[in-house]
Amino acid sequence: MENSRRDFLKIAGISALAVAGAEPVLNAFASEHGEEASKAAGFQKEEKALTAKQWAMVIDTRKFKSAKDLEPIIEVCHKIHNVPDFSKENKRHIIKWIWEEEYKHAFPGDASGFTDERIEHLPFLVLCNHCEEPPCVRACPTKATFKREDGIVLMDFHRCIGCRFCMAACPYGSRSFNFRDPRPFIEERNPQFPTRMKGVVEKCNFCAERLAAGQVPACVEASKGAIAFGDLYDPESEVRKLLKSNYTIRRKAGLGTGPTIYYIV
Amino acid sequence: MLELALKGSKKYYGWVAVLLGGISVGFAVYLWQLNFGLGLTGMHRDVSWGFYIAQFTFLVGVAAGGVMVVLPYYLHHYKAFGKITILGEFLAISAITMCLLFIIVDLGQPMRALNVILHPTPKSILFWDMIVLNGYLFLNIIIGWQVLEAERNAVAPPKWLKPFIYLSIPWAVGIHTVTAYLYCGLPGRGFWLTAILAPRFLSSAFAAGPALLILLCLIIRKMTKFDPGKEQIQSLAKIVTYAIIINVFFLLCEVFVVFYSRIPEHMDHLTYLFYGLQGHSALVPWMWTSMSLMGIAIILLLIPSVRANESLLAICCVLVFCGTWIDKGLGMISGGFVPNPLHQVNEYAPTIPELAITLGVYATGFFVLTVLFKIAVTVKEEAAA
Ligand code: SF4
Ligand code: SF4
Ligand code: SF4
Repeated sequence: MENSRRDFLKIAGISALAVAGAEPVLNAFASEHGEEASKAAGFQKEEKALTAKQWAMVIDTRKFKSAKDLEPIIEVCHKIHNVPDFSKENKRHIIKWIWEEEYKHAFPGDASGFTDERIEHLPFLVLCNHCEEPPCVRACPTKATFKREDGIVLMDFHRCIGCRFCMAACPYGSRSFNFRDPRPFIEERNPQFPTRMKGVVEKCNFCAERLAAGQVPACVEASKGAIAFGDLYDPESEVRKLLKSNYTIRRKAGLGTGPTIYYIV
Repeated sequence: MLELALKGSKKYYGWVAVLLGGISVGFAVYLWQLNFGLGLTGMHRDVSWGFYIAQFTFLVGVAAGGVMVVLPYYLHHYKAFGKITILGEFLAISAITMCLLFIIVDLGQPMRALNVILHPTPKSILFWDMIVLNGYLFLNIIIGWQVLEAERNAVAPPKWLKPFIYLSIPWAVGIHTVTAYLYCGLPGRGFWLTAILAPRFLSSAFAAGPALLILLCLIIRKMTKFDPGKEQIQSLAKIVTYAIIINVFFLLCEVFVVFYSRIPEHMDHLTYLFYGLQGHSALVPWMWTSMSLMGIAIILLLIPSVRANESLLAICCVLVFCGTWIDKGLGMISGGFVPNPLHQVNEYAPTIPELAITLGVYATGFFVLTVLFKIAVTVKEEAAA
């Protein structure tokens, strides 16, 4: 908590600088439809909004002991984002933005059979990696999935035609499809966030709506300091400091997608 | 010329009625799916493309296969095929119709399909697939119609048609290449991530398309006064033979690379398809059936006397068609999704509503095919009389 609040203040300060000085640079890096996209996503930028060149996360798995520690993190994300619960209905239709996986599934190909016991049984949090070179964005035929100027891979639920090309393209299984109307399966609706209709894809949005209001992502807040969030291209950011002083791994880094979720193991 | 489709025998009307029945059942179930969502199908988070996209892929091949009569006639001046190019073109039209319908029934939000045009995204292969498929449909409608009309009026087809015909030949290769690129450019899907995918698609297309065409020729000869010709059928049989051999060869190239390199991301999908993975093996009997069908077909087709015997040839064509259909229409898509990117096995099987909609689309395609072939054959009969 301490950490993330400090980080947030720093980010706010730097973003003010960025707006004042580095605007053209940022623009040069912005994707072709960055502005249109952020409008489409419906999150107006406020003054207190947090900005970055590429948001990233560092998950310190040493701070998690069991699946119990992850539950509140997963729950808060799904709750505030109106993610329906199909676990009791039909497992085929399940939708998840962030969930836990064993090491051998989160990092298939890296598991050896002689992994140390802590790692072997440790639950790993997995979510959209907000890849720097996202194959899902490349595949989408309508730009309903797009990379925003702050690196977040966002979705426009009103443009998505439900072709699911992005699901085939994502090498991490980060995306879910609304196989039916999700609304009856939302226990408690959060009026601050849109619900989805059937026939569209969805996934973690790095809490773009919270960043716009100057807040860090909900999972970061709920992690009690185990998840750090910040700008990957700001050498002073907390994520960069952690990356400098810890050995980290990323999921399937060899594919060149540039995942921005880093794990300290 | 359309009026020619309206007059026919009792058998013709009966067949059309059966197809219309199939269309209405499929359409009714589709309305249900439209209302409920794609949850009506067997697809899920891991196998997010299923039967619809697999049929689409297979039928793009059938459409491209039509070029195997057009190319020898126009590029090699192989006169015998002049009689049946129209059948190849009309087969392509009906196959593309089915492809487009399968895409539509697979969309979660079909009402927004036009977004692909309203927000054109050249980086997406789906954008190009839409262009090449519609372009191929357009080309074949123009060419088929003009050629047939000219034949009816006993004149040569208009000169301006030639460039379209020449364009349609590489275009046919293009539709199946682009369709393969939908899959083979995706990182993390080891089963498809291979440069041999497009060649494999093409070779199986050039086997399945002409095989179906032979069967259709035999049916036409039986049901009408138009004879597509013995020589024509024999030449098609040679094409089928070459193509199915090349198809199996390409598959073996893939099998070698995958199993000799033993890279799990590539190997596990083939293992799943042919031996089962982590106790899941729904597709194993299918895949071995497919291999046997193609293998037996090759052996039979290589024997000249078998090929020359039209009843045996018909059986071979059925074997080729079914073998390639299982390979592409069943294994190719779900095989790529199992195991999933997290290396978990969640199998897929289509549901009954899904099959009903699939049948409906096939009925629509065969309806288009029947009407077009009826017109073509009537023109040919008139010309002969
Ligand atoms: S993890 Fe998947 S969904 Fe997220 S940006 Fe990367 S490719 Fe896209
Ligand atoms: S399902 Fe939606 S977001 Fe995904 S590729 Fe299709 S249009 Fe784009
Ligand atoms: S960043 Fe936000 S949307 Fe993404 S997993 Fe965390 S809480 Fe959920």
